[in-house]
Amino acid sequence: MIAEPASATSPKGGDKRLKMLDAAMRRQQFQADALLEVLHSAQELYGFLSGEVLLHIGRSLKVPPSRVYGVATFYNHFSLKPKGEHTCTVCMGTACYVKGAGEILGRVRDELGLSERKSTTDDGKASVVVARCVGACGIAPAVVFDQEVAGGLGPEAVVSRVRGWIR
Amino acid sequence: MSPTDSLEEIAQRRNAARAERKCRVSVCSGLGCESVGAGAVLEKVRARMRLQGLAEESEVHLTGCRGLCQRGPIVEVEWGPAEAKERRLYLDVDEACADQLALEMATSGAPPASLRDHGGEPFFTRQTKIVLANAGVIDPEDIESCIAAGAYSALEKAVTEKKPAEVVQMITESGLRGRGGAGYPTGLKWSTVAKAAGTRKYVVCNGDEGDPGAFMDRSVLEGMAIAAYAVGAEQGFIYVRAEYPLAIKRLRAAIKQAERLNLLGAHIFDTGFNFRVDVRTGAGAFVCGEETALIASIEGGRGTPRPRPPYPAVSGLWGQPTLINNVETLANVAAIVRNGPAWFAGIGTEKSKGTKVFALAGKIQNTGLIEVPMGMTLREIIFDIGGGIPGGKRFKAAQTGGPSGGCIPAQFLDLPVDYESLQQVGTIMGSGGLIVMDESSCMVDVAKFFIEFCREESCGKCIPCRAGTVQIHDILVRITHGLGNFEDLEKLEDLADLLRNTSLCGLGQTAPNPVVSTIRYFRDEYLAHVNEHRCPAGVCAMAGSTAAREPSRAHSVA
Repeated sequence: MIAEPASATSPKGGDKRLKMLDAAMRRQQFQADALLEVLHSAQELYGFLSGEVLLHIGRSLKVPPSRVYGVATFYNHFSLKPKGEHTCTVCMGTACYVKGAGEILGRVRDELGLSERKSTTDDGKASVVVARCVGACGIAPAVVFDQEVAGGLGPEAVVSRVRGWIR
Repeated sequence: MSPTDSLEEIAQRRNAARAERKCRVSVCSGLGCESVGAGAVLEKVRARMRLQGLAEESEVHLTGCRGLCQRGPIVEVEWGPAEAKERRLYLDVDEACADQLALEMATSGAPPASLRDHGGEPFFTRQTKIVLANAGVIDPEDIESCIAAGAYSALEKAVTEKKPAEVVQMITESGLRGRGGAGYPTGLKWSTVAKAAGTRKYVVCNGDEGDPGAFMDRSVLEGMAIAAYAVGAEQGFIYVRAEYPLAIKRLRAAIKQAERLNLLGAHIFDTGFNFRVDVRTGAGAFVCGEETALIASIEGGRGTPRPRPPYPAVSGLWGQPTLINNVETLANVAAIVRNGPAWFAGIGTEKSKGTKVFALAGKIQNTGLIEVPMGMTLREIIFDIGGGIPGGKRFKAAQTGGPSGGCIPAQFLDLPVDYESLQQVGTIMGSGGLIVMDESSCMVDVAKFFIEFCREESCGKCIPCRAGTVQIHDILVRITHGLGNFEDLEKLEDLADLLRNTSLCGLGQTAPNPVVSTIRYFRDEYLAHVNEHRCPAGVCAMAGSTAAREPSRAHSVA
């Protein structure tokens, strides 16, 4: 777990992100139907969805916490745990799988000591996550380093990129 | 730009300006090209043109995906007098090459002869483009360039000259069928929603799949607006996957620009027709491609399906009649209204009209996005357009329809690709993924890959899908570790039957398809795994072999 000041994850901390989240909800007129869009906004602001943020959203949209939690955990895109400083997303869509994405994923996870259950390094420097198709089948295997899509890389090249993050 | 300009005025002004310019350079800005520096190439060309004092006389712009993603950045140049423009298409253009190209264009007025033109290659010449027609012509972030290419003229024609029922009739006559999966007749769906009683109606564009949508944003939006006019809806939602940030960004920009020109919003073309479109971002749940789950997701809930009937056409979003069409289906609509249903019906086969977009991927020379008329054979698609299998390997199978589809073996290479023939060989059209496998792929491993996907993506609401996918996956893990036996094959077939007949939605009903299809066509591979504990392709780490003693990497052992 990354050591973060309470204000960063707590909606009561009164930092700017809370104001931005409230503004995002206001844009949706606090409608319960907009829960998914609001969760997207919250994750963009905080990087992940903490329990406090989920409760705050629930109260604001008048949606029970059970439903907010249910929706947040249903979709793969939402993360309830903080991600690392850097994220390596390995696409495991069919085209990428056929071109060896499974090996890339295994090698990157081995390199960082991560697994299917553990996606972020202990020092919070790097995360490895799996995507179910990033829509870049033409340049498979596709790997996303933070926001940047790279295609056609072999396991060695991916591992060396990631190695740079943890040093 | 003035908001009072008519579409025709905008188009005339832009086309006249384009014709007068000395040259035009378009740089592909699809995801594939962007990932290898298309942005830098564009800047290089612009900078060089400026340096040579040609900024005013040249047009340098981004354009939608050209299809051959693996050979990016792709650059096209057009030059010469208005009445006789010449064009050349270049692949693998790096910054140095772009600079040389721009310099030569600026000094001699034509591109350097040393650069090889790829425009005449079968990958480009053998396609028929309706949905992707504007890729290469328009700038996806500039609505005027799209209007110059005819965008929104079909919407204008529909709302100012036709009655809603006439528009539905046109779509029915064109023979257009849903491009997302089973191929339900689009006209029939539209007329059901048009006839349904409800205080409000909705149009939903299902973009929760592998279609790289960036290049067809406007024809999708225009198609949605025409559909809304035809069925009497005033609100639309376009559902895009969160994994496609580029598509979301371009869509949002396109909607804003269209609203500014009064092409979306209130009183479109000064008529009584109002239509608003909102983007809804998916969040990584495959099941949301199923229409009732999609509805639940747009309503802000967990994307779980519900039994049908009632169909969404009668009771969809918030209980109101809702038209749900796939992106590619809607992208065909504007062209049908513009060119007439007879033109569309003249393309394709007897029962499958028009074209189909495929994302060619896997073990194939030319990977990327293509559009071909329905009825083209797999052999033409894979070997002529796709350039065949690299590395001198042999073709083994083509997979269509994703986790809901099946594999087509070599014996059906001459099959004309349309809805019916694909169904006959045990697969579906799906949304257009076409993944080629060569002899280095193990079909049992492929089946395991797909069922693992379905296992994880099962929403858990109905038991056959939730538990059945786990059971099938367990058996396949056993088989691919050399621990399976002959009875396992029978169990697989029984389970497949159970899931097909008793699952609540399409995900569970079609989840066994890849397993059934690989058992049907590659039974010998399964038999080698269970009888001889051997993987013919050498992919599976079988018990007793050296590979099995190494820790399993990508997949955990059950």
